[in-house]
Amino acid sequence: MQQVVIRFCGDSGDGMQLTGNLFSSLSALLGDEISTLPDYPAEIRAPQGTLGGVSGFQLNLGRDVYTPGDKADVIVAMNAAALKVCTLGSKFNHPGAVFNTRDALYKPDAIIIVDTDSLAPKDLEKALYTTDNPFTELAIPESVQVIPVALTTLTKAALADSGLDNKAMLKSRNMFALGLVCWLFDRPIDRAIHFLEGKFAKKPTLIEPNTKVLVDGYNYGQNLALNIRQIVVDHTRTVPDGSPTDLRRISDGTPTAHRRLADGREEANPYPGRRSADGRPTVNTTPDVPAERPYTSIAGNKATAWGLIAAAEKAGKRLFLGSYPITPATDIMHELAARKDMGVMVVQAEDEISGVCTAIGAAFAGDLACTSTSGPGLSLKSEAIGLAVMAELPLVVIDVQRGGPSTGLPTKTEQTDLMQAVYGRNGECPAVVIAASTPANCFDYAYRAAQIALENMTPVILLTDTYLANGTSLWQIPRLADLRDIRPQGAPDALAGRFNPALRDPDTLVRYFAPAGREGFQHRNIGLERDAERGTISTNPENHEQMVRTRQAKIDRLAERLPRLTVEGNTDSDTLLVGWGSTYGHLRAAAEALHCAHAHFNYINPLPANTAQVLAQYRRIVVCELNTGQFAALLRSRIEGLHIEQYNEIQGQPFAVERIIDFVKP
Amino acid sequence: MTPQDFKSDQYVRFCPGCGDHAICMALQKAMAEIGIPPHQTVVISGIGCSSRMPHYLNTYGFNTIHGRGAAIATGVKTSHPELTVWQMTGDGDCLAIGGNHFIHSLRRNVDLNICLFNNRIYGLTKGQYSPTSPKGFVSKSSPFGTVERPFIPAELVMGARGTFFARTLDVDMPTTVNCLVEAQRHKGASVVECLVNCVIFNNGTHAWIADRDTRAERTIILRHGEKMLFGRDNEKGLALDYSQGLLPVLTVVPADDPRVLVHDTTLADPTLHRMLALMGQQRYMQVPNGADLPDDGLPIALGVIRNVAEDTYDAAVNRQIDEVRAHAKAHTFDQLTATLEQF
Repeated sequence: MQQVVIRFCGDSGDGMQLTGNLFSSLSALLGDEISTLPDYPAEIRAPQGTLGGVSGFQLNLGRDVYTPGDKADVIVAMNAAALKVCTLGSKFNHPGAVFNTRDALYKPDAIIIVDTDSLAPKDLEKALYTTDNPFTELAIPESVQVIPVALTTLTKAALADSGLDNKAMLKSRNMFALGLVCWLFDRPIDRAIHFLEGKFAKKPTLIEPNTKVLVDGYNYGQNLALNIRQIVVDHTRTVPDGSPTDLRRISDGTPTAHRRLADGREEANPYPGRRSADGRPTVNTTPDVPAERPYTSIAGNKATAWGLIAAAEKAGKRLFLGSYPITPATDIMHELAARKDMGVMVVQAEDEISGVCTAIGAAFAGDLACTSTSGPGLSLKSEAIGLAVMAELPLVVIDVQRGGPSTGLPTKTEQTDLMQAVYGRNGECPAVVIAASTPANCFDYAYRAAQIALENMTPVILLTDTYLANGTSLWQIPRLADLRDIRPQGAPDALAGRFNPALRDPDTLVRYFAPAGREGFQHRNIGLERDAERGTISTNPENHEQMVRTRQAKIDRLAERLPRLTVEGNTDSDTLLVGWGSTYGHLRAAAEALHCAHAHFNYINPLPANTAQVLAQYRRIVVCELNTGQFAALLRSRIEGLHIEQYNEIQGQPFAVERIIDFVKP
Repeated sequence: MTPQDFKSDQYVRFCPGCGDHAICMALQKAMAEIGIPPHQTVVISGIGCSSRMPHYLNTYGFNTIHGRGAAIATGVKTSHPELTVWQMTGDGDCLAIGGNHFIHSLRRNVDLNICLFNNRIYGLTKGQYSPTSPKGFVSKSSPFGTVERPFIPAELVMGARGTFFARTLDVDMPTTVNCLVEAQRHKGASVVECLVNCVIFNNGTHAWIADRDTRAERTIILRHGEKMLFGRDNEKGLALDYSQGLLPVLTVVPADDPRVLVHDTTLADPTLHRMLALMGQQRYMQVPNGADLPDDGLPIALGVIRNVAEDTYDAAVNRQIDEVRAHAKAHTFDQLTATLEQF
């Protein structure tokens, strides 16, 4: 098989995320590409065994893996509630609902491993079943192969001599399930044990019992001759996560020959050492091409945090994060707060506004200054981002988008902050907006955001979302030396004694920068309009217009120094799928199935300089977004006469590739 | 260094007669006396008349957005503790829109020197009542008088666990300079409440204590280690009266009374500092100029009231980073990625 989707689901306390992560690591180690999606319940601790407490972890593994998969081939259901949620999907709390192929989280020919010990009358009651047979009640079709396993009994039996109490024994049920799945996928159990030891390194007493249960689960599958064929997945890794990256100085060896500039030109090469459109190194490659770098699996929020760490070191700056806890962005703050070894400074501010304002203060003093948030927080930060635009200070704003408006759907994914990021400030207030498109390339775009901010004296808003933040994909670990240079804007020594914050590079229009503390460069910065020459407060009408146009032109000119839009897939097709941000994998998979072209935007404002040229080459353009059409509206407003179709979903969920295909196919 | 070194080339645009002129000059004098060079001095402000101050000081300055000066100053000081950071703010900027940042900068004890210009009015928006306007105050936004209870800034500072509080009058240059110098020398968040006159929209708001004729009777300048004496000829002193019920209260006694208190700014327990800072404030906060209410004889306290040494946020944060780094195995990105599970 080329790809298999497996979903572990159980009660919040059943350790499904750990199980899923262990299996992901094991698969990645064996050369599978992976893409994962955790699906947490909204409540932190819902009552045990209830529908609201079901926690899921979906993993797609194999070759050409771009998404966590629409529907599962294998389900591991740890209790009655999980079985119901997997079978009914979003209809799980509709009385009388039964299996249907549209809502079910698994395919009609899926394998379901279910703990029969958790289907007792009281379990069924908690999960709001009305009969004593969950399979007939849910009308699970005969094409689904149900593997009943007495997980609880077997786990207790495995640990009978361990001396553990009942509660502790039950916590290991997930390891029995994992062992069974390892057998099912023909995974070497010794490698799984290795990972288990790593996970429990801080609780060594738990290693032995969990290992015992894991092995027993594996042997159970092998010895008792479960009436099921093992699944063999091809695992020849090709593209790490399918993501385009323009960051690496040296080719990472990824075959990307199908990628070319849509307008047929060679891509401009503004930065020494950057990769050309066909993925081959252009200039400044070292003679010794690096051996293939290792991979790890990484979640988007962690990748974002590490991208900032790498950028700070490359730029020779201190990394400063001012932030306030907000789902789903908080993991970025957690990750950076733990990185004091890297010298990262994190201020957990008193509110969102203070988060961005402390960062602006740090930027004024010369740090790589960042703030992380989600939609409601971005609203609160609007005025301060406007200040950073006006004061022309480098600032990275990370918006991990979630369902909105207002508090909305805090744990769900959506692409609905695009207009807020591009336009959501008072006055004519252009900022750079970019978007990551896979969990792993959150690293690249966080690094990029920092580079653009430091080199161009502007706030950069990086859009990710819940799906990227919590999902994982394979990340080829770069060396710092392989990452493009970052050259923060400074001020020539010749300006000492006559420096002011309106002086700028005549070509790029980037103002010169002197951080607080530099002798001879004292100056006053302002959120008020400034005189174009002297930098002091000005209310002169012509000056204001000049400054408004200068700030805009600075951002517009940046497009010339940013990567061009590329087209993937069947570029000869007359149909082009267009997307931006986190929908990359879904659109790529859909485009491959449809044999059509696919253009994905990571640069939103300014748009890539060749956008209009690229779009003009396609008869049918379908812009697919997880909103009501914000990027489509942006494209229409920027490109006169553009005719595009839209495919939109606003359900707080990632796209399903099948639904895109159904919409687009002729 | 001289005050001239701290003057910018900008023409000072406060209204003629505005109390902010005096504070501007006092700041330049204080900065010269402190001797931190201009390029190592940063002045952050929000929005309001007083927030124009950075333009007139030849230091690094940042005139930011309304209410957020404390947060931005916190970012500057925490990321670069070697810089001396001042914050210029008014009663609206600091206590209304910026209230949250103000109390949290005090709670954290960030080493900022905060000049709180209190003219009990919004001047730049042309005359609305502020969080310190006396109850009943008539303004453009309270044509029938406010029904709101005002803040007493000192009380807020103590409530937020502030470690330094001083109060001064625009017309008292020596006390102002002294308070500013002491504020800078104090490690931690220092609040200097500058009572300033708004000649246009709230003229005479502090006249009850600022008038030359009555100032000596109605104010006391507190000095660390000195007896608390006031009056035209320093003939009166402050003492604690234990006879008024459960708790002692401050009372006025003759200067030679052995019970006259000696001022100690370093008391960790803020109780006495709070009592001193609140003297006369209830009356002062009730009616414009406070003149119509019965006088309990207690003066308004000026000078440095509280000055307590506690660890600062900026120092603690940086120290923690240094400690972690000293024991960490990875210090660079490449060392960090080497710790990852690799496939």
